Amino acid sequence: MRLNKLIIIILASMMLQTNILKASDECFEGVSRSIFKFNMGFDKAVLKPVSKAYNKLPEPIKDGTGNFTSNIATLLSIPNFVLQGNFKGAGDATGSFLINSTFGVLGFGNPAGAMGLNVQKEDVGQTLATYGVKSGCYFVLPILGPTTARDAFGLIADSYVDPFSIATWREKDFLGASGNKIDFIAVKSASAVDFRGDNMKNFDSLEKNSLDLYSSMKSIYLQSRLKKIQNSDELSEDDWGNLDN
Amino acid sequence: MKKLFLLVVTIIFLNNSAFSVTYNSNPKIFITELVEDAIKTLSDKSITDEEKKKTISRIALENVDINALGLYTLGNIRKTVDKDILNSYQKLFEKYFLKSLTSRLSDYSDNKFEVLGSDQKSSNYTIVSSKILESNNQPEIKIDWRVFTKNPNKPLIRDLVVEGLSLARTQKEEFASILNSNNNDIGALMAKLEEFISK
Repeated sequence: MRLNKLIIIILASMMLQTNILKASDECFEGVSRSIFKFNMGFDKAVLKPVSKAYNKLPEPIKDGTGNFTSNIATLLSIPNFVLQGNFKGAGDATGSFLINSTFGVLGFGNPAGAMGLNVQKEDVGQTLATYGVKSGCYFVLPILGPTTARDAFGLIADSYVDPFSIATWREKDFLGASGNKIDFIAVKSASAVDFRGDNMKNFDSLEKNSLDLYSSMKSIYLQSRLKKIQNSDELSEDDWGNLDN
Repeated sequence: MKKLFLLVVTIIFLNNSAFSVTYNSNPKIFITELVEDAIKTLSDKSITDEEKKKTISRIALENVDINALGLYTLGNIRKTVDKDILNSYQKLFEKYFLKSLTSRLSDYSDNKFEVLGSDQKSSNYTIVSSKILESNNQPEIKIDWRVFTKNPNKPLIRDLVVEGLSLARTQKEEFASILNSNNNDIGALMAKLEEFISK
């Protein structure tokens, strides 16, 4: 409990600096690079081999796993849509969760997607961004990977607003549903393996062609977060500056 | 003498026409033709890997704005670097780019590709949307091509945006990190490029 408080205090003090620091600024690059190295070791020793084995499973099992973890992740989007004042989004996410959990057999199928109800994933980090909170400095977490001060704070806050986390990680009864930490870890691990399996070729290609993999991953993470916050694929036109002349 | 001259000219012409392919200037058709050509080359079992690399390099040299890409990825220090050093960097970058491109394209050459449409953003840029179709263990990948159309008769590719992530920007930030860790010394970046090329 003391450690939890300490982490929150550290993140809160980093959050206070979010308007000064840019996402591209590092909180503690040396430490982050060491953690990144550890994460790469973990990937090589555990995640990649497991994901390779997972990729050999029949397609319906992999699709079902992806749908199941994605459906559970929708639960986090619902309160975040409400906090962002996006009630249509909240309605769509609720509809998608209910349809997939019932007609989709506990979320293993995705009938909501087939009906055109594709829900954007939202979390507290994105919600804070819509409130104008800047990302703050960048760092790498063990196992969990790249993040920023705002997103790390959001990650902890997620466990207080996400119904699935409340019922499992916090082991509190939520509308009659309950679980434990093992359920939480199992679903998050399945989600990580499914994602890693889907991106096997992309990761290998990135690793092979990077001069500095740490920086490539940082750039990809920051671009990806910006895209999710803006809910858009629109490209920045001024990035090319005066090269057009 | 006249005959010899004609013979030389004919050989040069035949060489050029055999190795130079001109694609359509409409950005959407340009990307379709170019990618089909690249995939056909990479999946051709009758030619050696070396010949494949040569063909892909030629296609890229003629249709990708490698010079602009090299300057863009260098960031602001391109304005202060000595001209000769900048030229050496550009030559190294070209080699690095061609090696990296061939490797990336080879990774995806067995996938099916489809061009979806194009959107003219300005007189200088058109974005061509495409996708790599879903295959075993690989979900569908959305790819946007930033095509530089300042010269409408000769479109040039400047960036690939994979699922909303710009490869040029990723490259630029990767280079910036190397420069930052080495007091903005372009020599350190060039050493890294050389190391990659010689791998």
